Amino acid sequence: MAAPPTAIEQRLPSEPDGSTDIVVFDNVFIAFDEKPVLEGISFRLTKGETKAIFGVAGSGKSTILKLALGLLKPDSGHIYVLGEDVTQMPEDALFDLRRKIGMVFQESALFDSLTVRENVAFRLLEEGDISDDEVEKRVREALRFVELEDTVDKFPAELSGGMRRRVAIARAIITQPEILLYDSPTGGLDPVTSTTIVQLIVKQRDVYKTSSLLVTHRLQDAFIMATHYFDRKANEMRPLPPGARGEVPMAFLILRDGKVIFDGDAHQLAQSKDEYIKEYIS
Amino acid sequence: MELISPTEFARDTLQTLQDYSLLAGQSIANLFRYPRYFADMLQQADLIGVGSLPIVVLTGFFTGAVLALNSSTTLQRFGSLSLLGQLVSVGMVRELGPVLTGLMVAGRNSSGMASELGSMVVTEQIDAMRALGTDPAKKLITPRVVSTVFMLFFLTIISDLLGMIGGGVVARLLLGMDWHQYWSTAWQILTFQDVFMGLVKPLIFGFIISTVGCYYGISARGGTQGVGRATTQAVVASSVFILLVDFFVTKLLMAIFGYR
Repeated sequence: MAAPPTAIEQRLPSEPDGSTDIVVFDNVFIAFDEKPVLEGISFRLTKGETKAIFGVAGSGKSTILKLALGLLKPDSGHIYVLGEDVTQMPEDALFDLRRKIGMVFQESALFDSLTVRENVAFRLLEEGDISDDEVEKRVREALRFVELEDTVDKFPAELSGGMRRRVAIARAIITQPEILLYDSPTGGLDPVTSTTIVQLIVKQRDVYKTSSLLVTHRLQDAFIMATHYFDRKANEMRPLPPGARGEVPMAFLILRDGKVIFDGDAHQLAQSKDEYIKEYIS
Repeated sequence: MELISPTEFARDTLQTLQDYSLLAGQSIANLFRYPRYFADMLQQADLIGVGSLPIVVLTGFFTGAVLALNSSTTLQRFGSLSLLGQLVSVGMVRELGPVLTGLMVAGRNSSGMASELGSMVVTEQIDAMRALGTDPAKKLITPRVVSTVFMLFFLTIISDLLGMIGGGVVARLLLGMDWHQYWSTAWQILTFQDVFMGLVKPLIFGFIISTVGCYYGISARGGTQGVGRATTQAVVASSVFILLVDFFVTKLLMAIFGYR
């Protein structure tokens, strides 16, 4: 068996200013129709880390991703993404920042009038200064990553839910963004397809070291990510050796009533004395 | 039906007006910003212009024909049937051509834009586009506005011409008028002011159709039902808006050109 990846602290050099923070939420409040959804949440996503966000339906998990992308503005607080305060940025500047971020939407949000090729290539075609051959090569590479190269000429309506989700991942990673945001990527999928998606997320984390925020309802998916690593030689996900801890950059964040009630790794989560958390993970 | 307070109604109306004005202004401002989506403009021009041609041809021809038919009885009463060509050409070029073409294109394309953009909103495709670093206003709205304004101008010219031909067919076949007499009077009566008035209107109507359609589409909420509602509202609002603006533009241009 190939050796598991080394601990995150050893693998990831700090930024020149000493900070490894990629996303920072600082006391963020937001309400919809005067109903508070997030009430002063704060957390950090460090470089190369994948942070899984949990909470009951309507707890504001997807809102966190939209806030990080600048698709929504908070009522108060600050959100720093790649060192820039997205709460203060005008929309035009946000478009430049968003090119460094990939997002996989809950229902995939593929453009239904475009083929898989055009969907995956969308960002490259928008940049405009890339040759057709290069676009084709990178589209094929991205689709090969999600093992869907043969769907290149199909339309989203011709694909299953799981395939659409994988095409959405290919679209998000084609430019190798610095951050990936996954909104319930395994929601509503069968266990086999879910495992395929989880494997892709682990592959992206361990091979490309991409920092990610992952919203999910499925605790088991996040535990698989925390207990497995991607073996490049075997090209598959493998379990960490027994007793290994902190070997993969995986963290957990739990929301309750608009507040963060837990932010830590899988071991800390398993050791938590909080009754709500114990019930949640049982 | 849910009753809302007058204050809330006024606030919602003002909010709608503000949002619409911002979208309309942005659609123009984007013409001077990069990137410009010429391929999307051409695609929309094909959908809006070529796609609307059959209904515009039919509407123009039969409007001219029925105008000639209805007017002939009155003109015959005063022994002025020879003025039929003048009446049809002035009526078509100044008023009926632009307004009816505008209404037909509004019915077809304003609804199409609202439903297409509305569907994109409710399936998060607009959010996905923003997340991919593309401004939906530049990519989706401005090309539709430019194409509608441009194509409605030419569709109106076609409609005017077909209306005059329709009037001519009725004059010749049903009223026994001389074909050359009809056409020479139809052409001679047209002044620069008439043609100018008839060609300014489609530019304004095209802007109304596309911005109203895009506004209702991009503001759609509430799933497929919301998309359906947005589509209906787009057609109703753009049609009413066209008729209202037509009156004021006509009055303004008449004042400028010194008509009484």
